[in-house]
Amino acid sequence: MSLATNLRARLSRVPTSIIVMASLLGAFVLMALFAPLLAPFDPARQSLIQRLRPPGHTTAQGLTYLMGTDDLGRDLMSRVIHGARASMLVAVASVSVSLLIGSALGMLAGWRRGWVEMAIMRFVDIMLSIPAILLAVLAVAVVGPGFQTLILVLGLTRWPRYARVAYAQTLQVATLPYIRAAELAGARGPRLLLRHILPNIAGPLLVVATAEFGLMILFEASLSFLGLGIQPPTPSWGTILSAGRQYLERAWWLTAFPGACLFLLVLSVNVLGDWLRDHLDPRSRPRG
Amino acid sequence: MPRYLLSRLLQAALTTFGVMTIVFFVMRLSGDPVLLLVPEGATREHIETVRRELGFDQPIWRQYLTFLGGLLNLELGVSVVQRVPAWDILASRIPYTLALAGAALVVAVGLGVPAGIAMAIWRGRWFERPIAALVVTGQSMPTFLSGILMIMLFAVTLRWLPSSGVDGPASVVMPAIALGMLSMSTFARMARIAVVDELGKDYVRAGLARGLPLGKVVTRHVLRNAAIPVVTIAALETGNLLAGAIIVETVFAWPGIGQLAIQAIQSRDFLVVQAIVLFVSLVYVAVNLAADLLYAGIDPRIRLGKP
Repeated sequence: MSLATNLRARLSRVPTSIIVMASLLGAFVLMALFAPLLAPFDPARQSLIQRLRPPGHTTAQGLTYLMGTDDLGRDLMSRVIHGARASMLVAVASVSVSLLIGSALGMLAGWRRGWVEMAIMRFVDIMLSIPAILLAVLAVAVVGPGFQTLILVLGLTRWPRYARVAYAQTLQVATLPYIRAAELAGARGPRLLLRHILPNIAGPLLVVATAEFGLMILFEASLSFLGLGIQPPTPSWGTILSAGRQYLERAWWLTAFPGACLFLLVLSVNVLGDWLRDHLDPRSRPRG
Repeated sequence: MPRYLLSRLLQAALTTFGVMTIVFFVMRLSGDPVLLLVPEGATREHIETVRRELGFDQPIWRQYLTFLGGLLNLELGVSVVQRVPAWDILASRIPYTLALAGAALVVAVGLGVPAGIAMAIWRGRWFERPIAALVVTGQSMPTFLSGILMIMLFAVTLRWLPSSGVDGPASVVMPAIALGMLSMSTFARMARIAVVDELGKDYVRAGLARGLPLGKVVTRHVLRNAAIPVVTIAALETGNLLAGAIIVETVFAWPGIGQLAIQAIQSRDFLVVQAIVLFVSLVYVAVNLAADLLYAGIDPRIRLGKP
């Protein structure tokens, strides 16, 4: 079987809904990557005479605002496209931070046992009993909002979920004969964890990371909505929605477009995450 | 039982202590916590006076001990803005948040659990699809967005419900749905997994083999056994509901502790914010402790430490 037919055969087994969602996510990724090229206008350019124009409005100069303009006369479409950057950047960076910390500590606890295990897992329990969004709100309030704060705060509050999974998986894997064999062959310490244990626990960690990715997008949007995340004038879907709230009756587009983008992005991540989990965890796999 | 009780209580005490420690250090993340406690543009003398008054000139370990000692005496500090104990401000708002979180829990359980059971029973049939779509929608919709959309539809366009504030029982409907949506999805998923797990067990086959209708097997036996994981989730979800209130209360101008938290941050009233974080975390620890003890009472396997 050639490579192409093989690939086609594999793809035909993927449900259409998954392909649709994957394309949707891909579109958002491209939107974030190439925002300056795709945006028709400068997202920060204000125009007092073009305030709150409805979608499709064309000015006397022949410029068309496809999604309309906001309360400062900025092109909404350009702001929504640039807003994808804030979402993606914060989500990717904070998931990476927490994945790194969580899996390192979780594997260490599962491998070293004894007091290291006790200390790490107790700390995990404690962190998990403070609702993350509240801890994030407190930390952002103390340190002051901004991109870096947001990434660090989310990254440093969400690692315990990965730690729990990495810990449980490491405990399981560590008893397997092949680990014993690797040890006898002389592998130990970080090398053993990275080369032999990590590849075998990566699946479940990836499932957590996907679920968390969707959640981080929601957290970024929520914190920005509350004024504790991305700060204006940098466009973020959360801040656009927050500003649009005052114009619910007059300018529906300020809520509809960024809201739809936010929902569709999180939806695509969640659907793909579920599919991934079903394929790695047979317990929740649908029949047939 | 006494041994389990003791170890579980110790664990909760340790967690409480840990939460206080984390909050203590987060408050000092900015370097100088005094700057958080004085009004903006305060003079240097004023800052130094406040520093001495509140003991921030002491070594950090002594500040830490004072902080813990104060909490043990239920001292949450005095609001620097309103000049009243932070606890008094908090206490006046708590009933609103509890009412909202309670209503949201009713929404989440009332919709989520039946949805989960239905998905488990009709697994793989077409009927599962629309329910699954509803569940994943609830999971992907930010609370503030569903809040805004409901306000647009039910308050602005149809004028059925008040858009914000507290004005009779109708006011709680939209905030409770917005807040309960995410938990609804969690309940649906958990209920589905729990029921699917039970359906695969021998007693279900035995019941069906004896000619019992599936409905009877489910209502009589499966649901009882599937209830425990679902109740565990209910305890875990209280934390999410209380924390989610910070967003929902802001959208709907609901005068609970979530709205208070945002107002306190805006007026730089950090002791109030700190009090809210401590309060919510401790409620969460207490609810989970209560849930664990409850099962231990019901299910001997848990208290004896057997799988």
